[in-house]
Amino acid sequence: MSKKDMPIEKSHIMMFARSIGDPNPIYHDEDHANDSDVGSIIAPPTFTQASAQFDPDYFLRPKIDGKGWFGSGKEPTGAKKEGSSSSGDGGGAAMGLHAEQHFEYHRPVRPGDILTPKTKPGKTWEKDSKRAGKLKFSESVTEFRDQNGELVVTAIGVGVQTEKPVEN
Amino acid sequence: MLDKSKLNVGDTHSEVVVEDLKRTQIVQYAGASGDYNPLHSDEIFTTKVVGYPSVFAHGMLSMGLTGKMLTNYVGDASLKKFGVRFTNQVWPGDTLTSKATVMSIKEENGETLVDLNIETTNQDDVTVITGTAVALAK
Repeated sequence: MSKKDMPIEKSHIMMFARSIGDPNPIYHDEDHANDSDVGSIIAPPTFTQASAQFDPDYFLRPKIDGKGWFGSGKEPTGAKKEGSSSSGDGGGAAMGLHAEQHFEYHRPVRPGDILTPKTKPGKTWEKDSKRAGKLKFSESVTEFRDQNGELVVTAIGVGVQTEKPVEN
Repeated sequence: MLDKSKLNVGDTHSEVVVEDLKRTQIVQYAGASGDYNPLHSDEIFTTKVVGYPSVFAHGMLSMGLTGKMLTNYVGDASLKKFGVRFTNQVWPGDTLTSKATVMSIKEENGETLVDLNIETTNQDDVTVITGTAVALAK
């Protein structure tokens, strides 16, 4: 296994389906799923987003050493004013928002699969916006392949860095 | 799976996918997805440091909720593509309605494919997601 491999487990699928409020038994009921045309439990269409769980360096998860997390504790932000990280003002790291997400499905994701994600950067572009200042967009393309090297899901994400919080 | 003999361009399917979104559900999504950005769960950080009026939902929670409408409509394991733009933030208390509209029905490599337009709106009729999907039909 590579260090970011995502082992697909039915309990994780059940928890993910609950979090999006989806009671469809194909995501948790083995008897129902095995008797269905699909033949087994499968994952909801946005499930590969949870591959973040398996990236040991994922930056939006507090690390086990408890240090360097920018969310509130004793102070409104735990980010240091000076130092190594890019979040000099403490809020900088939070200016990144998700602008677009696209999935292509080559086959359903099933418990027992081990998906290996490979991400490459895509296009970048800029735009001015009245609601959030200068916007910097960047695309990334992630291919999820299974234990046999077959392509299962292609995920294309577009992130945006805003100059200021978005006005509503 | 969608039945092409009963399907027409312009057909729509819509569902309320969440009513009065709770902060706890946003926390649930953070735990399941692994995205613990404090913008989604930490009211103090989000209001005092970043300057938003409150925490707000992950874009991917809105997409997941929208996907529930979609899979209820097209059936399990029938999606070929699903893509969205996040056009407005989703806040605690929001009630979201997702709608799919049939744009075209075509035959390709022996498969029947249905092109869908997707839109999710909040209780004030503000669009929070626009997108497209391609689903298999029989």
